[in-house]
Amino acid sequence: MSIKAVIMVISYIILAPFAGGLMEGLDRKISARMQGRIGPPVLQPFYDVRKLMNKQVVAIGVLQLALLLCYLTLMIFTGAIFFAGSDLLMCLFVLSTASTFMYFASVVTSSPYNTIASSRELIQIMTYEPAVLLAGVGFYLVDGTFSVAGIAASDTVMLTRTPGLFASFVLILLIKMRKSPFDVSTSHHAHQELVMGVKTEMGAQNLAIFTITEWYETTILMGIVGLFVVTSNPLSYVGAALLCAAVYFFLIIADNACARVKWTQMLQVTWLFTLFASGVNLLILMLIR
Amino acid sequence: MGKVKKSPWVLHYDGSSCNGCDIEVLACMTPVYDAERFGIINTGDPLQADIFLITGGINTQNQAVVRQLYDQMPRPKVVVAVGTCACTGGIFKECYNILGGADTTLPVDIYVPGCAARPQAIIDGLVQAIELFQKRSNKHDAIERRHKEEEGKKAHGKVSGE
Repeated sequence: MSIKAVIMVISYIILAPFAGGLMEGLDRKISARMQGRIGPPVLQPFYDVRKLMNKQVVAIGVLQLALLLCYLTLMIFTGAIFFAGSDLLMCLFVLSTASTFMYFASVVTSSPYNTIASSRELIQIMTYEPAVLLAGVGFYLVDGTFSVAGIAASDTVMLTRTPGLFASFVLILLIKMRKSPFDVSTSHHAHQELVMGVKTEMGAQNLAIFTITEWYETTILMGIVGLFVVTSNPLSYVGAALLCAAVYFFLIIADNACARVKWTQMLQVTWLFTLFASGVNLLILMLIR
Repeated sequence: MGKVKKSPWVLHYDGSSCNGCDIEVLACMTPVYDAERFGIINTGDPLQADIFLITGGINTQNQAVVRQLYDQMPRPKVVVAVGTCACTGGIFKECYNILGGADTTLPVDIYVPGCAARPQAIIDGLVQAIELFQKRSNKHDAIERRHKEEEGKKAHGKVSGE
């Protein structure tokens, strides 16, 4: 591993929670302004986590903490693979493994709310996984490599060749980031028919670990969005940041403008869109290569 | 010592209220009053709540539920009784099934009077509850620290005893 990769990984491990937390704070502030409210301070997510760390630990099961720590570790590992410029496919697989541990951490409590929310979580994973993998394949078809460093060092702007793959990736970000209309298993807001969904039995430090892991995840997902425009030109990193901001803003608008749909609708809409947008895009990529 | 007062999460439970106070509690979250600017989240989950906000009196059927919700909340926690019914039993006080206000079942800390309690009064009660929450948290931290120290001393004593 080169020195640059080591620096990238270390700065990722230290800075990603701050970036993710800030993004969540901005999300809450912008959402509040969209609803005509003043909203909480931008640093509110950090206050929340500090508070959660100070609360009495009420453990539903000993196993939950262990599983959540696995979730956190794997998520950090995923980001390390990505920001070290290593294999993108490996990164996506470890990301799915992390999600599986999240499922276990929820289902292990065996409360009725968690049981239903966990099965919904599994459906969510099934729904977004094709689009994620196809995006990886698209990167390979354009640049001929799965290496993140290789993709970032190429001269083609990925977005110009893979608009369909990008569109379906943004659509599944709604599921990944738990935004309406696809926040089926849990939500950041308290309008859940399943109380807090998969988070129902997580209190105090367990919830804090869950939240921090989500911040890591947000950073990784935004990194993948950025990868769609990053080229060997240093200026493209500015473009990547702008694209990330635009995508995040789109997610906030969708979150505020949509009501939650049933899981069947989520599955149908996402898979049909993935099939057409990504499928046609892949066909074209294969034909003109 | 952690500053916790910037993030008070509220659990709202409707006892046997007429829903007047509940509408006012929810009004606190709307654009006009926007309680979220204090970091308040109206969560539905007792495991994640810090302030238990109860409206309406206690009756024979919901007493066990209220106690259960309170027990599920991790320490430190604060209880706020909103509205005359939650404070004393209100106009339902003499009903055959009503046991009285929230303090018949829970250690209530803050009483917010009114029928229905106004959003201004509710927010005022919440702000007082937030201060109390911080005080309790400081005390909770001190107790935890003392426990740890004592445990540390015990472990140390064992090692040196051998």
